[in-house]
Amino acid sequence: MPTDSTILQAAGIHKRFTGVNALDDVSFTLRRGEIHALMGENGAGKSTLIKVITGVYPRDGGTVTLDGEPIYPRSPKDADDAGIRTVYQEVNLVPYLTVAENLLIGRFPKVGGFICWGKVRAMGREAMQRLGINIDVSRPTNSYSIAIQQMVAIARAVMTDDRRVATKVLVLDEPTSSLDAAEVDQLFLVMQRLREQGVGIIFVTHFMDQVYRISDRITVLRNGRFVGEYLKRDLPRLELVSRMMGRNIEEVAAMNQYRPATSASSAKTGGGIEVKGLAKAGKVGATSFPIRPGEAVGLAGLLGSGRTETARLIYGIDRADAGTLTLDGEEISPTSPRKMILAGFGMTPEDRKIDGIVPNLSVRENMVLGLQSRHGLLKKISTRQQYAIANEYIKKLNIKTPHADQPIKNLSGGNQQKVLLARWLVTKPRLLILDEPTRGIDVGAKAEIEKLVGELCQQGMSVLFISSELEEVVRTCARVVVLRDRKQVGVLEGNDVEIAGIMKTIAMHEPNAAEAGTR
Amino acid sequence: MSQTPPNSLSPANSFRPISMAQKILGMRVLWPLLALALLLAYNAIFTPGFFNVTVVGDRLYGSLIDVLSNGTIVAVLAIGMTLVIATGGVDLSVGSTMAIGSALAAMLVIPPTMTPNVVSGLGWNFWPSVIIACSAAGLIGLFNGFLIAVVRIQPIIATLIVMVAGRGVAQMITGPFKPDVKASALYMAMGNGYFLLLPLGVAIVVVVFGLCAASTRLTGLGLALETVGDSPSAARYAGLRVKLITVSAYVFSAICAAIAGLIDASKTSAADPINSGIGMELYAIFAVVVGGTALTGGRFTLVGSIIGALLYQALNTTLLSTKIAGHDIKPAYLPLPIAIVIIMVSLLQSVKFREALLKPFASKRRAG
Repeated sequence: MPTDSTILQAAGIHKRFTGVNALDDVSFTLRRGEIHALMGENGAGKSTLIKVITGVYPRDGGTVTLDGEPIYPRSPKDADDAGIRTVYQEVNLVPYLTVAENLLIGRFPKVGGFICWGKVRAMGREAMQRLGINIDVSRPTNSYSIAIQQMVAIARAVMTDDRRVATKVLVLDEPTSSLDAAEVDQLFLVMQRLREQGVGIIFVTHFMDQVYRISDRITVLRNGRFVGEYLKRDLPRLELVSRMMGRNIEEVAAMNQYRPATSASSAKTGGGIEVKGLAKAGKVGATSFPIRPGEAVGLAGLLGSGRTETARLIYGIDRADAGTLTLDGEEISPTSPRKMILAGFGMTPEDRKIDGIVPNLSVRENMVLGLQSRHGLLKKISTRQQYAIANEYIKKLNIKTPHADQPIKNLSGGNQQKVLLARWLVTKPRLLILDEPTRGIDVGAKAEIEKLVGELCQQGMSVLFISSELEEVVRTCARVVVLRDRKQVGVLEGNDVEIAGIMKTIAMHEPNAAEAGTR
Repeated sequence: MSQTPPNSLSPANSFRPISMAQKILGMRVLWPLLALALLLAYNAIFTPGFFNVTVVGDRLYGSLIDVLSNGTIVAVLAIGMTLVIATGGVDLSVGSTMAIGSALAAMLVIPPTMTPNVVSGLGWNFWPSVIIACSAAGLIGLFNGFLIAVVRIQPIIATLIVMVAGRGVAQMITGPFKPDVKASALYMAMGNGYFLLLPLGVAIVVVVFGLCAASTRLTGLGLALETVGDSPSAARYAGLRVKLITVSAYVFSAICAAIAGLIDASKTSAADPINSGIGMELYAIFAVVVGGTALTGGRFTLVGSIIGALLYQALNTTLLSTKIAGHDIKPAYLPLPIAIVIIMVSLLQSVKFREALLKPFASKRRAG
């Protein structure tokens, strides 16, 4: 509700894309000096709302006022000129330029037509200091961590000069998704500093902990509609989740209680897949572990520990130069994805957009692709069969799409992931490799995917599950292979599968690494 | 809920099937078809006798038949080019491959002679000669595919190399001659014969189109081509043999080029290694792109490419029969008006452009 402190007010916003109402009568109010979290599941309309406010999309209806003045930004530059600044998930900096150059690119201070580099550095340093960061701005940007690069992007966004008005609104779209815990702390300090300076910050994220740590207010969207605006203290977590998912609290609580069957009860004796020392020089050291039928095996470790690399070796994307794989005792060397698919494997890759979806093809075509390539290209899956499959899985996995012929790129991330899951479920695989299946998707879809993994295991399928979120690994997997520095450092089973145990296993080898470092 | 404008949809029915109108507007072949219809309508009004078709003996005569007959070369090339473009590539070598194919077939069918300064061939039958010519073209396609899929040279560069080198190869085959193909009645029939009252070339297009459509759409090959073109990495994760699929598109395109070369040589009764197929790669690309297959790869439409080829030919024929202020348009000037049509049709295919074009009307409707 507008008050004196309101900076940005969006009311009754409508935005339609062909066939889909992306935003339907959505309101959003941002006040001076507040951090306002925008929450919602995938497809809720968060990014669309941000894009309407920042001028990426023209709105189809509704009003946006900034400081009481109605605005109609037609391009991101329009919004920028008005004082609405955005920092996107992917850092948009030129990696080889210095920090100062990145900060001042396009508006270098000049003396007599020549760039005054001393001033560039001074202004760059000052801009970073305003955020409380003291770094050498004359070093190349890519020599700094992603977190610092993010700060540079923020500094650039909020920088002002005589030609640029002060920042009134700062939009941070998933700013923490590639940061580690310490880096998140650093970012939050910057956000708090900007809040003190009176900037209104719109914070879009999937991390609930972060929302409760830093934000003042929370607006929830669902299915393109406004659900409500709440003060953080008035909205307990469970209630937030239920608002986002449109489910009642008991249901959500039940979902959180879901636990995987332990290996003892679900894994049938004998048989299955045995990874025997698969390794590739320069990528990942030898890993060895069994994957029994009806078992979900987790690959856990820090970023860059070799989880994806291991999965790629098992799936035949990269060719292992040592080790082998056995299927029910028979040796098979994973030399190509095709070979492994014929052996009953399937994989949803980490980079969904590049390696997973075929963006311009329909949901239906994306779904039958695995089966078609398994059948061979000469035996076409009839169009009728394709529709039958597509409609079955759209229903089964609760995929939100207007119809089976929608290009998959128009779906939200979580729904795209479900289509990719369906692509392999259709082939009834014996092993499904899921590399970060829940990255960048919302709580509801996450829970659904976790639940699905459990069901698949009950049906006797095996799952190799990779996730950065240890909670998720622990909830899903009966056996966890722990990797560190591209080496297997342990396998946990049964009751040992718990977060503390995994962390201990990762840390256990710390002294060795330190030794290696001192040499 | 009550403030919701009546034209907005509730979430329950916002996920509804696309309407018929949207389906038609979304059809790729709509815009080239519309352009073709407009062009024909123009001719119906301004070109006297354009639609007159008469039967003389075993064949039909008329401007429309000329369009069909002359359009066969670009049409055959466009069919092959469609698959290449679907994989996200492009084949600039088809013009040179036309020259190689037609020259090779000519040298094989021309009878041997000892007479000096007269081209001496092998005197083979027509069919084995054609098979050899098409196989040789297939090897060229294989080479293209190898450069692109294995050596990983960009398609435009790889096929440019073959385009330039291919001209040389064609001249090596013929020597200093421009072999006359009148010696083979079947060769001469390729571009000049008739079948069921229509030019034989039309039947050839129908057969090539039919084979191509059947082998892509009645199998999983079409989906595989589109997947490879849209996202090669995803194709690999899905278990498709990306390299094999890419290479086969170039092989097929080269074979189509050899067939087009035969028709071309037949029409001029000589396999000209220097001029046969010059610039044809660009017209084939024109036909494919105007027909609705994007150069970025992925979705392809063979029907669209045929319509694109007909549009190209009809445009040529129309412009040649049009007089501006009493003067004929010189054939050399034709590329200019054709370029304008390419731009128009390409823009109309863009959803964004159409939205921008219709915006003034759309906002008025909402206001009212």
